Formats: sequence, C-alpha cells, structure tokens
Amino acid sequence: MAEKLELQEVEVWDGNMAFAQAMRQAQIDVVAAYPITPSTPTVHGYAKFLADGYIDGEFVTVESEHAAMSGCVGAAAAGGRVATATSSQGFALMIEVLYQASGMRLPIVLGVVNRALASPLNVNGDHSDMYLGRDAGWIMVDAFNAQEAYDLMLMAFKIGEDLSVRLPVMVNQDGFITSHTAQNVRPLQDDVAYNFIGDYKEVNPMLDFSKPVTYGAQTEEDWHFEFKAKQHKALMDSPKVIERVFKEFEELSGRSYKMVESHLMDDAEVAIVALGSTVESAVQAAKDLRESEGIKAGVVAPRVFRPFPLTGVQEALKDVKAVATLDRSAPGGTLGALFNEVTAAMYQSSNKPVVNNYIYGLGGRDMTQADLKEIFKEAKANADAGKLVTPLQQFSGLRGPKLSFFNAGDMK
Amino acid sequence: MEYLGWDQVETGAILPSFEKEIEDIASTPREERDYAPTNSYTASVADWRVFKPVYNRDICIDCQNCWVFCPDTAIISKDKKMVGIDYEHCKGCGVCAEVCPTNPKSLIMFAETVDNEEALASWPEKKKKEK
Repeated sequence: MAEKLELQEVEVWDGNMAFAQAMRQAQIDVVAAYPITPSTPTVHGYAKFLADGYIDGEFVTVESEHAAMSGCVGAAAAGGRVATATSSQGFALMIEVLYQASGMRLPIVLGVVNRALASPLNVNGDHSDMYLGRDAGWIMVDAFNAQEAYDLMLMAFKIGEDLSVRLPVMVNQDGFITSHTAQNVRPLQDDVAYNFIGDYKEVNPMLDFSKPVTYGAQTEEDWHFEFKAKQHKALMDSPKVIERVFKEFEELSGRSYKMVESHLMDDAEVAIVALGSTVESAVQAAKDLRESEGIKAGVVAPRVFRPFPLTGVQEALKDVKAVATLDRSAPGGTLGALFNEVTAAMYQSSNKPVVNNYIYGLGGRDMTQADLKEIFKEAKANADAGKLVTPLQQFSGLRGPKLSFFNAGDMK
Repeated sequence: MEYLGWDQVETGAILPSFEKEIEDIASTPREERDYAPTNSYTASVADWRVFKPVYNRDICIDCQNCWVFCPDTAIISKDKKMVGIDYEHCKGCGVCAEVCPTNPKSLIMFAETVDNEEALASWPEKKKKEK
C-alpha cells in the first residue's frame, strides 16, 4: 500500500511539482520517462515519490522519448493507468508514437512543459512543441499557472479514461515561467483527489489472457479511413465529458474551468486571444488600459486547444470589433495557428471582427506589459477603422527593423 | 469479411484473436482453435516470400532454436518436436536457417520457385572441420 502525504491547505509548488503531485495522487501504474529540460523535475519528483513509498507503480527508465512513449503505449495496452512528461526535442521524438497512442485509443496522460524547438537550441518556453502535437489526435489542455497545472493534470486522467472518450490527453504548461516559478497551490488531499479520478477502467487489456487482442493492426485503404473517422468523432465529442469533469471538479474544489476562458469580456470592444502564462499578463494589461486609456480590452484563452472549441470562441468573441491573436511559435511560412483557428471560427460567426496576428515570445523572450498594451492599442485602431489598418501578421518583442507580413493595403 | 462503417468498427482497431473467451489454448491444436476472422492466422502472406526455408527432418535435432527465433510464429512444433514450416505465414526472412545449429543445416533457404522435393534431393553434405 502506498503511503499518503499530508498536504497543507496552501502549498508552495512550481508547475513541475504541481504535475508530480497530481500524478502521485492519480496512483499511476506505469510511468516510462526520459528526462529533458524543463520537464525533468516532473518525472524526477514523481520518481522520488515512488522511491519513498508514496506510489504503488512502476517507473521505467528508458533510452529516449520515443522509447518512453512506446513504453507508455505498451503499458496502457496491457491495461494500466499510464503517464509521462516531456518537452521540446523530447516531444518531437515522441511524435510518431503519439499518433500510435491516439489511434489505439489509449488514455495516456502526457505532461508537456512547453519549450522552443531547435535550431538554434533553446531551453526556454514557447509553444513550438504544443503546436507540433496539434494534429496528433490527443486532447490538449493548457494550464496558465501552477494551480491549473495541478488541477488539469488530475482532470486529464478522468477525461481521457472516460469510457466514451478513451483518448490520450496532453496537459501543457509554460516552461520555466510556470514550471519553475514557485506559486501558491491549493491541492486536494490524497483520498479526495484519487476518488475524484476513480479506479482505472480497463478496455481490451492485453493482459487478459482469456481474450487475446491485437493492438496496432495494419489497415489499408479498405479500413483505415473508418478507424480514423471514428477516432476524430471521439475527439470532437469529448467536450461533453470535458465540461462534465470541469463541473465536477468545480463542485469539489471551487475552481472553475471552461472550454474557453474569458476575462473582462462582458463589455469588451477589443480582445487578445492567447495561450499559456501570457493570458494572465494580458489580463493585467487589459485592466491597466481600461483604467489609463478607457480602452475596453478583454482576453480570451482556449483552455482546450484540441478539440478546438470553435463555437466557444465564437461565443466569447461575439461582441468584439477587433481581435489580436497571439502565437508563441514560428508558424513556418503562414499565419499563426491561433490566428487560423480563430479567424475560421469568426468567419462563420454572425459577428465578424477584424483579426490580426502576432508572433511573440519565441525561445522564452519576455512578453512585456508594454508589448501587450501596444497590441491592444493596435486592435483598437482596427476596431475604430472597422477594417484592417495594421499588418495582418507582426512580430512583437523582436529587435531590428519592424517585421510584418501581409500589410493592410495588400489585402485583395 | 463484411466492410463495416466508421460507426461499426472496433474502437482503436483492437482486433480480437478468438471468437470466444479461451482457456488452455496452448494445448488446443491449431486447427481446433476458434480463430476470429480478424486473427492473422486466417490471413495468408505466402506471396510476400521470395526465398523459403526448406526443412529436412533427417538432420533436425529438435533443438527448437528456429521456433524460438521465428518472428512470425511460422515454425510448427508439437511437443517439442519439429513438424515443419507454416508456409501461409512464413515471409521468408531466413532467421530460422541462420540460427539452425546442425551440420549440415536442417533448414536451408531456397528460391520460392524450387520444388521442396528437389531442394531435399540437393541437400549439402556434412562439412568437415577446417584445421
């Protein structure tokens, strides 16, 4: 039997400890992990809890992240609760197996401590790894601080393991800004947390020798499409379960989560749409601008990045005149992913705000209050003109001559 | 097998091996096992093969090396006695012939087009130890 930890009402944890504690409370059967900055303390912390007798489970040290996720797939197929964590290059190395996990409908939980992708090599936080995984068929949720990292890590097991979902779940948090910053976290006690998640429910476990099954079958043009369609349907239907789990968690903890988080949006004229720790910074900038300049600024943040909450974004932005979408990842030759998702949603909406795009914070570059206020002011200019007067895509916080693409005058 | 719609296929393409729950499958002969249509036992991959292993009972010592190493369980062995090759599932990789320890080998790779009788008739002699 695993020992229990007595937790304080308020603990001082960084984002990695928040992940590790939630994973401990989930009493995972198998963690197969390979260390990488800045997610190492998640699995290091978890391994220490296990070594100290606080977890009944296996910790498998492997030779790479590809092997880590492969070990997770094997253990999940065998019929256990499984999780791991990674970042950046490690995430990139996992990619092939991420698609295997979702295709086999294995509810593995992956903590992703977001970090830039090389080259040039960089250990700091941006969303390149998160965006790399966005087509992998996983549910993707994003924590903006350590408390949310803890809460969402607990909820990830309950969501993914639900019998109507059975999909793997990534919980993202910003590298260093969230993962290494000690913050107040209000945890649940061990029994409360475990009972909230519940016991693992096996589906087609390979260790049931009375019903042998094949995982990872080959399907060609006559079968593949149907399996992938069914998988997509499960992902598209998952918000029903996600919202139910959010509600149950709120009843337990008092902390509210929504598919799309909105701040100061009741009367907002302009909005920033962002992910990660930038959300809290943008809320601060919006508050200040409302006081200092009377700009009715608000912030919208998809809590769930996949499945993308298209109607939730429409609802959140139904009254704004201009939207600035902030992408913390180099989009490689097009507009940022949030711009594309938000614009696609609003193109089908009764409200059609002017939308522009900012690439910011690559490799952990700070997103300052001054930058955020400037973005709000440019959105205000777009709102006042009722059309695009800024370039469609700009780089914020970049040294050198102003870098932008698709100027307003170039729009056809 | 009937082609099913996306709403009918098994979640995660997890394929059952048998029609019903099984017990003591090891001692049930292959031909009496209640294989599901999704079991690859019923799927032939014989035409993947360019070279095939030919088995020579006269030399074999039933060491089971080939049975252990075959990556596709295409070596048929019963009560630790070699029976032969499952040519429906053997893909001709040659691992069995490689690990066969006898002199001459009891498993030798021949071109798929060579008749087995012909292959057995042309079996090599025992090699003498080189000094």
